[in-house]
Amino acid sequence: MTAARSTGAAIELRDAAARLGGRTIWSEVTLRVQEGEFVGLLGENGSGKSTLLKVLLGALPASSGTVSVLGARPGAANRAVGYLPQRPGFDGALRLRGRDIVRLGLDGDRWGLPLGVGRGAAARRSAARERVAEVIELVGAHGYADRPIGECSGGEQQRLLIAQALVRRPRLLLLDEPLDALDLPNQASVSALVARICREQGVAVLLVAHDVNPLLPYLDRVAYLAGGRALAGPVEEVVTSETLSSLYGSRIEVLRASDGRLAVIGQPEPPAHHHDRHEHAR
Amino acid sequence: MPAEPPAPELSWNLAHDVAQVLEYHFMVNALLGGGAVAVAAALAGWMMLVRREAFAGHTLGMMAFPGAAAAALAGVAAAWGYLSFCAAGALAIGALAARGRAWREETAGIGVVQAFALALGFLFVSLYGGVLGDLEGLLFGNLLGVSDGQVAELAAVALAVALALFAAGRPLLFASVDPHAAGAAGVPVGRLSAGFLLVLGLAVAATSQVTGPLLVFALLVMPAAAAQALTTRPLASLAASVAIALGVVWVGLGLSYFSVYPPGFYVAAVAFAAYVLARILAAVRPRLAARGRGSRPPAVVEAL
Amino acid sequence: MLGHEYVRNALLAGSFVALACGLCGWFVVLRGQVFAGDALGHVAFPGALAAAAAGVDERIGLFAATIAAGGAIALLGRGAIAARGRASGAEPADDTTIGVAFTAILALGVFFLTRFSLGSGGGAGIVAAHTLFGSIFGLSAGEARLAAAIGAAVVVLLALLGRPLLFASVAPEIAGARGVPTRLLGFAFLALLGVVAAEASQAVGALLLLGLLAGPAAAAHRLLPAAGASLALAGALAVGSLWGGVALAYAIPSLPPSTAVVAVATGVYALARLVRGGGGAHR
Repeated sequence: MTAARSTGAAIELRDAAARLGGRTIWSEVTLRVQEGEFVGLLGENGSGKSTLLKVLLGALPASSGTVSVLGARPGAANRAVGYLPQRPGFDGALRLRGRDIVRLGLDGDRWGLPLGVGRGAAARRSAARERVAEVIELVGAHGYADRPIGECSGGEQQRLLIAQALVRRPRLLLLDEPLDALDLPNQASVSALVARICREQGVAVLLVAHDVNPLLPYLDRVAYLAGGRALAGPVEEVVTSETLSSLYGSRIEVLRASDGRLAVIGQPEPPAHHHDRHEHAR
Repeated sequence: MPAEPPAPELSWNLAHDVAQVLEYHFMVNALLGGGAVAVAAALAGWMMLVRREAFAGHTLGMMAFPGAAAAALAGVAAAWGYLSFCAAGALAIGALAARGRAWREETAGIGVVQAFALALGFLFVSLYGGVLGDLEGLLFGNLLGVSDGQVAELAAVALAVALALFAAGRPLLFASVDPHAAGAAGVPVGRLSAGFLLVLGLAVAATSQVTGPLLVFALLVMPAAAAQALTTRPLASLAASVAIALGVVWVGLGLSYFSVYPPGFYVAAVAFAAYVLARILAAVRPRLAARGRGSRPPAVVEAL
Repeated sequence: MLGHEYVRNALLAGSFVALACGLCGWFVVLRGQVFAGDALGHVAFPGALAAAAAGVDERIGLFAATIAAGGAIALLGRGAIAARGRASGAEPADDTTIGVAFTAILALGVFFLTRFSLGSGGGAGIVAAHTLFGSIFGLSAGEARLAAAIGAAVVVLLALLGRPLLFASVAPEIAGARGVPTRLLGFAFLALLGVVAAEASQAVGALLLLGLLAGPAAAAHRLLPAAGASLALAGALAVGSLWGGVALAYAIPSLPPSTAVVAVATGVYALARLVRGGGGAHR
C-alpha cells in the first residue's frame, strides 16, 4: 500500500549534469522516481552513482539541468530524506549503543538538551523513546540495539543505520551501496527489509548498488549509469545485452541463469576509477 | 651554557663562519653529538610517523622528566632514571595497544600514562626540594655541553637504532601498514609493535639526556614529516629524513653560535622551517608536473 | 578540612573545572582528539609566559594561546589532510600535524622564556611551575569564583552543543546532510577545548591536563555505552577525582594536589579497565 500522496515525483532530474574536479561525471540525465517507488541505481565503480546522491542531497550543485527532490530544491527538504552514506560515517570502534545512534537520527540536529520540565516535555521525551523502539523493531534490530555498535556485525550495523534513516518517517530513502560489505544472506535480508519498508511505509527508495541480483525480486525500476549517461526503466528492459551495449558503447552481454539471476559481462575498466576514489574521500 | 667568547659575529661568509664555529671543541662535539641524535631521531621518527604513533613518541619523551627527577631523588646517575622510566613508559603504552580498532581508547590510555608520569615527576621534584629552574635546559637540553664520552654514547645509540631498524624494518613496515595481512603472513605483529616502542623509548631516553625531550620530539617528527611530504617511496623518504635532520641540527647549531638564544630553539625553528618548505614544495610540485599524467601517489602510500 | 579557606576555594574552582574536563573529555575521547588536547595543554605554557613577559595577567595569555591553538589545529587538520573524508577531524592522520604544530609552539615558548628571563630574574620559574603543574591551593576567593564561573559556562555551552556535536562526531556525513554544520562545530569544539585546557592549567596544570580530560572520560566510555549515562559518568568521575585528590593532598602535606588528583583519576581509569577488560571491538 503506497502513501496517499501523489503530488508528484519524489525525485525528478531533467537533463541534469554534474561536474567534479573539472570533469563531467554524467550529463543529460533524466530520471523520475515516484513516491513509494523502489528504484535501484546501478553502474560500476566510478560511474558517478554517489555523485548523483550528493546532487540529490544538495551537497553538490548540478552543473546544468533541473533537479527537484520532494518538490523542492535539493537539500531544502532533507528533513524528510533518510540518507545512508557509503561505508557508514562512523568507524566500528565506537562504544556508543545502536539505540543512541538511531536516536540521533531523530533529534541529533537540535541544539540544546531535551531537558524541558513539565508534562509536555516528558511526553515528548517518551514519545521519542517509543519511536526509536518502534523503528528498531521494524528493522529487526531489537536483539542488539543496546550493545556498543562497534561490537555489531556489518549486517547489524547496516540495519541500525537504516533504522536511523527511518526514525523521522522520511518520504525518501537514499541508500548508497548498503549491500556493499555484506555477505549473501545479509544482502538478501537487507534487500527484503528495504522492500518491506518501501511497501508498508510508502517511502520512495533510491538504492545504489553495483550488483542487481539481490534486488531483482523487489525493484520497480532500475536506473543504469554508464559512460556518463543514464538509462531508466523496468529491469527486463534496461538490463539486457542490447541496452547496456548501446549505453556503454561497447559489447556487453547479459546472461540469465536458470534461477533468474543476471550476470553482466564485458563491462570495461572505468577510466574514472582514480577520480572515484577521491570522490569518496570528500 | 659555557662562557662564549665576545659575541661572535655572523660575517655572512660561509667558509669563514663555519671555520669560526669549528674552532671550539665544544662546538665540534655539539655538531657530532647533535648529528648522532639527528640520525637516530630521523630513523625512529620516520617509522613512528608511519605507525601514527607521534603521541606515543611524545609521551615517551615526557618520561624523561620523572626519570630525571626520580634519579635526583634516589641519588643515582640521571641515566638510570631516564632509561627506566622511558622503558616503563614503552611497556605501559605497549600494554595498552589495541591495534587499530580501539584506537580512541588507546590514545586516551596513552594520555593517562603521560599525565600520571608527569604527576609523579612533579611529586619527586617537590620531595627532592628542587625548583623548576633551568626549565629550558630540561626541555631542550644542553647541546653545547656535550662531552667526548657523550658523543661516543650518542653515536652508539644512533648505530643501534639504525641496526634495529634495518634488521626489522621490512616486517615492521608491513605490520604497520597492514597488520592483518602481515599477521596472516606470519609476521609477529604484536612483538614487533612492542619492540618498536621499546627501541623508541630507549632512543628517546638516551638522546634526551643531551638534547632534552622536547627537542628530541621535534627531531623525531619534523624531518620525517618533511621527507614524507616530499616523497612516498620508503627508502627515499627515509634517506631524506636523515639528510634533513642532519641539516637542521647543524644549521641550527651554527646559527645559535652567533646568538644569545639557546641552540634548542634554533634547531626547532629551523626544523619547522624545513617542514613548511617541504609542504610548500609538495603542494606546488604537482602543478608543475601537471602537463604529464599528473601522477598522484597511489592510495596505499597516500595513507602515510 | 572544609574549615580552611584555601581548601574551599580549591574545591569550588576545582569542581567546575573538573566537571568541564570530564564532559569535554568525553567528547575528546569520542572524537579521538586526545593528542590535540595534549597540545593545547602544552601551548598554555608559552601563552602564560608571553603574557607575563608583556606584563599582563598570565591568565589572559593562557586563554588566548589555547583558544588560538585550538582554532589553528582545527584549520590545519582540515587543510593538511586535504579533505580525507571525515569532517569531524577525528582521524589519526592529524597526528603528524599536531606533533609539528606543538613543537613549533614550544619553540616559541622557549623564545619567550629566554626573553622573559633576560628581563626578570627568577620569575619565570614560578610562572612555569604554576602553569605547568597548577596552583589549586593557591587560588584566592576571587580567582576561584572566576574559574568556577568559566567552568560552568563551558558546561552550559557543551549542553547546548551536545546533540549536534555528538551527531557530527559519530556520523558526519549523515549529520551534514541533515544540516548540522559539522566543520564549524569541529572548530568551535577545539576552541572550547582550549578554554578547558586553560582552566585546567590553573587547577592541575597544563602538563597534567590529560589526567582529568582523558582518564575519567575513557573510564566512562569503557563502562557505559549508553550516551547520556556515559557522559554523566565522565563528569561525575572527574569531579570525584578532584575531590579525592584534594582530600588526599590535604591529608598528606608533602603530596602536591595536582599529583594527587591525577593519581586518583589514573586509579579510576585503571579500575575501569580491570572491571571491563577488553572493552574494544572484537571483530
